[in-house]
Amino acid sequence: MSKPVVATASLAGCFGCHMSLLDIDDRILQLIDLVEFNKSPIDDIKTFTKECDIGFIEGGCCNSENVENLINFRKNCKVLISVGECAIMGGLPAMRNGIPIRECLEEAYLNCVTVDDKIIPNDEEIPMILDRVYPCHEIVKIDYFLPGCPPRADLIWEALTALLSGKPINLPYEALKYD
Amino acid sequence: MARKITIEPVTRVEGHGKVTIHLDDNNNVSQSRLHIVEFRGFERFVQGRPYWEAPVLVQRLCGICPVSHHLAAAKATDVIVGAGTGEGLTPTAEKMRRLMHYGQIFQSHTLHFFHLVSPDLLFGVDADPAIRNVIGVAMKHKDLAVQGVMMRKFGQEIIRATAGKKIHGTGAIPGGINKNLSLKERDEFLKGADPLNIDKMISWAQAAVDFFKDYHSKHKDMIDRFSVFPSNHLSLVRKDGALDLYHGVLRAVDPNGTKILNDVEYQEYYKYIGEEVRSWSYMKFPYLKSLGKKDGWYTVGPLARLNTCDFIPTPLAQKEFERYKAYTKGKPNNMSLHMHWARLIENLHAAEMIKKLLLDRDLQGTKLLTRGKKVHEGVGLLEAPRGTLFHHYKINDQDQIIMANLIVSTTNNNEPMNQAVSYVARSVFSGKAEITEGMMNSVEVAIRAYDPCLSCATHALGKMPLEISLHDAHGDIIDVRQK
Ligand code: SF4
Repeated sequence: MSKPVVATASLAGCFGCHMSLLDIDDRILQLIDLVEFNKSPIDDIKTFTKECDIGFIEGGCCNSENVENLINFRKNCKVLISVGECAIMGGLPAMRNGIPIRECLEEAYLNCVTVDDKIIPNDEEIPMILDRVYPCHEIVKIDYFLPGCPPRADLIWEALTALLSGKPINLPYEALKYD
Repeated sequence: MARKITIEPVTRVEGHGKVTIHLDDNNNVSQSRLHIVEFRGFERFVQGRPYWEAPVLVQRLCGICPVSHHLAAAKATDVIVGAGTGEGLTPTAEKMRRLMHYGQIFQSHTLHFFHLVSPDLLFGVDADPAIRNVIGVAMKHKDLAVQGVMMRKFGQEIIRATAGKKIHGTGAIPGGINKNLSLKERDEFLKGADPLNIDKMISWAQAAVDFFKDYHSKHKDMIDRFSVFPSNHLSLVRKDGALDLYHGVLRAVDPNGTKILNDVEYQEYYKYIGEEVRSWSYMKFPYLKSLGKKDGWYTVGPLARLNTCDFIPTPLAQKEFERYKAYTKGKPNNMSLHMHWARLIENLHAAEMIKKLLLDRDLQGTKLLTRGKKVHEGVGLLEAPRGTLFHHYKINDQDQIIMANLIVSTTNNNEPMNQAVSYVARSVFSGKAEITEGMMNSVEVAIRAYDPCLSCATHALGKMPLEISLHDAHGDIIDVRQK
């Protein structure tokens, strides 16, 4: 029987959720026996080469590329999981919601103590920033949510193995936090 | 016909950086740029938050080296609460933070070597990308993979014991630390069951240095000639010139080793460092003000640190340092791929430092906090795994942050990475009408040497995924390739 296929993406996240996945430590070797990885920054596969069973999404959407990437994941994965605070509700990047993007740009490039150029980057090569940061489920349907900032490695491990074995996951009360 | 080539990351690293190369009518490179396309607006949205939130908030810019941001912000807030810089903290607080920091250096340098660089060394840069990755290493070279996993785990456990959590911890607070290290925790690191004890870690770190030296001796051409260009180098050093990753004074040297920034205090870093904004990148371009925008750019990170410091204050790493320095006859090393060698020597130093700290009884002290007269501004600097990291905050009378300025390690390396890209572009793209896999790989290897943390400026965990498209004089795409 072929192994279940897993893909992962980091949108507007900090990569901490991926690092937490690596924090399953030696179980990573077990995981490699259990599943096959497809598109993921961990293995360098850049484009989907087959339909995946599980998609692991870190980060929300802060620019147009994040949105395209997320929609692509929904198309190619049977089950999609929002992993961590950023994917679930925007996280730290969403602190800019409610502040006009122009003010953010001005603070970074015009008011900065070490800068005297007084220009804001605007080249055609750099993509459009969205008006605010969106959680993933506002863009596509998400099947599961894994809380934490980042979710603990044990929680990620339990969730993955529960999904793979079809058993329900035991989410203890203290895991429901966004630290 | 003039053309433009775009190299664009396509996975998550994706959306963060891309390379464009412009060719003129004779297919010679007329311009090349690394664009950073991520923008978060941190400087603005942190305004209004109480200053003590900075150490826990800001680290969420970067989950690969969160401890660096955690500690740099804590150091800035030390100044704000009147605890001064570096020496102002109690010995327990200062050493707990150092332990956290060296644990972080150890896990990050380990991750970079085993997960990022070793696949290229083991399988060769031309190997099938399907196996040339960390999972390939795990399947084909299980021993090495286990070493990488266990070394990283050890570093992460040190972070957990000092910061409370492996990722986004809360250990450092303005003016100190919120816990000490129990004897039980200490003994676990000193005498834990193999391989999870510090002596094993030191011997594995030494083995990694040896692995690289052996590889280097067999591939001198590639390692020594790939992307070499003169650069200034900047880092913190201890007051006596020793390598110090947590605290020190700012020093910069030019390509000949002459000091161009002579051990200055960093609270007024903005007198020495400026940043240029260019319209085509969200990442700014730092420079030394004394040399100006054009000539003042500099490199940071392992290569720069070993170029600026006079010695390494631990014996095994010092021995490796002497061999490393002898290779360039004591002159600054400007070979991009020697960054890997320097990084592994630092990793050995980090392991030795961890042992030294673990044996220090100050870690069991109970004086954790210092308070003094509050001021409205503070600057915190340290050497993150990828180079010098600057945090600068101002607050108002209500303790709210009213100004934040960050210069992250990868931003400091912006111009050097652009230089590396144009070096490679000139040497492999000029005169060619088509893009080949090898040409793309070369650009990737050049950028990867800097271990660009492209999420604090944007994050590359895997190798930089690339998309290259060829554009004609009108900007129309005539060919696209991905890898
Ligand atoms: S949830 Fe936390 S750890 Fe995960 S990407 Fe967001 S900030 Fe990073």
